[in-house]
Amino acid sequence: MASTMNYSTLPPTPLERVARALRWPITALAALAALYTVFLIYTAGQPGWALGTLVLFGSAFYVYVISDQFAYRYLFPGVAGMLVFIAFPLVYTAQIGFTNYSSAHLLSEDRARATLLERADPVLDQVQRFTLHADGAEYRIALHEGEDENSAVRWVSPPLALKKATTVELQPLGATPLQPALSLKAVIEHREALMQLALKLPDAAEPLRYLGLREYGPVREQWKLDPDGGLLRVEDGKHFKPNRDEGYFESVDGEHLQPGFKVNVGWRNYARMVLDAEFRSPFLSIFVWTVLFALITVVCCTALGMMLAVLLNWEDLKGRTLYRTLVFLPYAVPGFISILVFKGLFNQNFGEINAILNALFGVKPAWFADPLLAKTMLLIVNVWLGYPYVMILCSGLLKSIPSDLYEASALAGASPWTNFAKITAPLIIKPLAPLLVSAFAYNFNNFVLIALLTDGRPDFLSTKIPAGQTDILVSYTYRIAFRDSGTDYGLAAAISTLIFLLVAAMSLVNLRLMKKAQG
Amino acid sequence: MAIVRGKQARWRVYAAHAFLVAFLIVTLFPLAAVVSISLRPGNFATGSLIPETISLEHWKLALGIPYQAPDGSLLQPPFPVLTWLWNSIKVASISAFLIVGISTSAAYAFGRMKFRFQQGVLNTMLLLQMFPAVLALVAIYAIFETIGNYIPFLGLETHGGLVLAYLGGVATHIWTIKGYFETIPVEIEENAKVDGATHWQAFSRVLLPMAVPILMVVFVLAFIGTIIEYPVASILLREEGNLTLAVGAKYYLNDQRFLWGDFAAAAVLSGLPITLVFLLAQRWIVSGLTAGGVKG
Repeated sequence: MASTMNYSTLPPTPLERVARALRWPITALAALAALYTVFLIYTAGQPGWALGTLVLFGSAFYVYVISDQFAYRYLFPGVAGMLVFIAFPLVYTAQIGFTNYSSAHLLSEDRARATLLERADPVLDQVQRFTLHADGAEYRIALHEGEDENSAVRWVSPPLALKKATTVELQPLGATPLQPALSLKAVIEHREALMQLALKLPDAAEPLRYLGLREYGPVREQWKLDPDGGLLRVEDGKHFKPNRDEGYFESVDGEHLQPGFKVNVGWRNYARMVLDAEFRSPFLSIFVWTVLFALITVVCCTALGMMLAVLLNWEDLKGRTLYRTLVFLPYAVPGFISILVFKGLFNQNFGEINAILNALFGVKPAWFADPLLAKTMLLIVNVWLGYPYVMILCSGLLKSIPSDLYEASALAGASPWTNFAKITAPLIIKPLAPLLVSAFAYNFNNFVLIALLTDGRPDFLSTKIPAGQTDILVSYTYRIAFRDSGTDYGLAAAISTLIFLLVAAMSLVNLRLMKKAQG
Repeated sequence: MAIVRGKQARWRVYAAHAFLVAFLIVTLFPLAAVVSISLRPGNFATGSLIPETISLEHWKLALGIPYQAPDGSLLQPPFPVLTWLWNSIKVASISAFLIVGISTSAAYAFGRMKFRFQQGVLNTMLLLQMFPAVLALVAIYAIFETIGNYIPFLGLETHGGLVLAYLGGVATHIWTIKGYFETIPVEIEENAKVDGATHWQAFSRVLLPMAVPILMVVFVLAFIGTIIEYPVASILLREEGNLTLAVGAKYYLNDQRFLWGDFAAAAVLSGLPITLVFLLAQRWIVSGLTAGGVKG
C-alpha cells in the first residue's frame, strides 16, 4: 500500500537507499528490545504492568509496521501519551480507591511474604570478626579467631572481584601472607557487594552472612512457610495466616505482622467518608469550603473582570492600551512566584501589608493563624490572580456586540447602567457561561494556590487524620497521600475518584452550556 | 459612534481614570514591593517602597555569588536558583519541543485525513484534558516508580521522567493546530501529491512551512504551561539540585527560615523573563484562552 501511494519517478537517493536497507534490521532490533523489557517486567513479578507494556509496544508495532492506515501513524504518539499519562492514571486511581494501599500495606501478598521469609537473626555466639585485604585488583576476606582484628587469621577467601553475589568457599590461611587490612572506609565502599556474599566454611553446614561492618556469622531465619501460605514464627512456633480482608498476616489471637499487604477493601474508603464521624466532620467542612472558595472566586473575578472589560472598551477613555497591559500584568507573572510574593507580603510580623495596616489602623492581623483571615487572604490572592482572565474573555466577547445597539439606546437617553444591564450583560453571559463553569472547575482543584500559600493551615484540632481549615479537597488528598504520617494512598485515591465524578459532571454542564451558546 | 455627549460624560471619564489609577496602585503594589524588597539590606527589613539604602546582597546571592556582609561574615547562597532556573528552562524547552511535534502530527491526522472514530477520539481527548493531573498524583507516582525500575533515566528524580509526564497534555494544542490547518487550503497539498510527493513529503515540505506561526504559538504556550507546572514536578523531583524553579522557590519561605529578601531577588530574577515571554505572546495566548484553556 505504501508503495502505491508513491508516484515519484526519481531514483532513490543514497540516503533513502541506506534507510530502506536498514528499515527491517532496526525494526527487528526495536521489537527485540521491547520484548526484552516486557520480559524483565514480567520476571520481576509484575504481570499486570508487563501486559500493559506489551499492549503499548504491540500497538506501536502494529501501527507503524503492519497497518496501512496512515492516519494512525500520525495519531499514535499523541493518543498513546494521553492514554498512558492521563487516562490510565485516572483508571488506576479509581482502582487504588478500592484498596487499602498505604505505607503499611505497600506490597503485594507474595512480596510481603517473601520479605518476611528473608528476615533472619544472627546466631550470636558464632559471629566472626572479618577484615578486608587488597590482592592486586581484587580483594580477600579474612576471618579472625578472636574479636580483635589483630588476632590470628583462621580462614581466608580466594581473591574476589566483589562485584556479584556468590557463595565463596573459605580455606585456611596458606603460606602467602595477606596485605595489611583495609580501612573501615574501604569496607563501607564495598558494603553492597559484601552483603551479597555467602561464606562457606569447610566444617560448617550453614554459610556465613554479612552482619555488619566488622562481622560475618551464621543466621537463623525468623519465619518458615506453612503449606497453606501462612507463616510460622520459628522463635515460639506461632502460626500466622494471611487475612485477605485486612491485608495482614495474623495469628489466632489477633497479632498483626508488619509489613501488611495490599488487598481490595471494596467500598470501605468511601464508607469512611460517610460513616466515620471523626473523619466525616473535617471532610464535610473541607468540601463546603472548596465549593465556597471556587464559587466566591469565580463571582468576584467575574464582577471585577467584566467591569474592567466594559470600562476599557469605552472609546472616550484615553490610554486604554496602557491600562489594558497594566491591568493584565498580574496574569503574566508566573503563578508560583506571585503566590509566594503574597505569602511574604501577608506575613504577620514583617510583611508589607501588615506594616501598612499598622500605620493606618494600628492592627496586625494574623493572616496565617486565624482560619477566617486565612480564607479571606486566599480569596484576595485568588481574585488578584484570576480577574485578568475573565477580563480578557469579556473584552473578546464585547467586540462582537454590534455598536448600533448602543447608538439606539443613546438616542433613547439610556444611562450607562441601563446599557450594561439591558444590552451588554445579557449578550455576553451566554457565551461566557461555559467558560465560567470551567473556571469554577479549575478553582475547585486549585492545588497550587493552597499548597504554596497556606499549605492548608491552620489545622483542625484533634482530628484523626490531619486536616487543615483552608485545605480544599485536592490539597487534602495530597496531604493524605504524600505528607504527614501514615500515607494512605487508598483513601486519597477514593477522594480523588469522588472529585473525578464532580469534574465530569461539571464538564457535562459545560458541554450543554456550550451547545446552547452556539445554538 | 455618533453619540452626543454632555457635560456629565466628561465627569464620567475623569471618574473612570481615577478609579483605574487607584485600582492599579492596589493591584500592582505587590509587584513593586517585591522589587523594592529585593534591594533592601537584610531579610527582615521593612521600609518605604523606594528603599533609602540600596544593597545588592540578595541579588548577588540569587546569582550564586557569595556576599561579604558588613560585619565580615561571608554569606553563601541559600539555594541554587540558577540551577533551578536552568532545570526549568531545560525541561520546559524539551517538553514544549516534543509537545509541538506530537500535537502537530496528530492535528494533521485530525485535520487532513479520514478515519474511523475521528470525532469520537478528538472529543474523548478534549474531555480527558479536563481532569487535572493533581487528582491522579498517586497513580502518576506509581507509574514513574515502575518505569524507573526498568528505564532508570525516565524514573523518579529524573528530568526525563518529568518531560515524559508532560507529554500527555496535548489535546488543546492539537485542537489549536487543527484549527489553523483548516484555514490552509487543502488543494496546495493535493497539487504537491499530484507532482509526486508522498504523504509525508506533502506534510513536512508543504503544510508545515505554512504552519510555522501557529507552531511557534503552541511552543510558547506549552513552554509556559510546563515552566509553571507545580504538582507533578513536586512529587517526581525531591533532591535540591534537581528541582525546577516552581518546586524550589517555596523553600525560601519556610516558616523556620524565612528568607524574604533573598526570595524577592530570586523571584524578580526568574519571574521577569517568564513574564516578558508571556507579555510578548499575549496576543496569541488570549486567542487560546477564549478557546477554553485556563492558566494556573
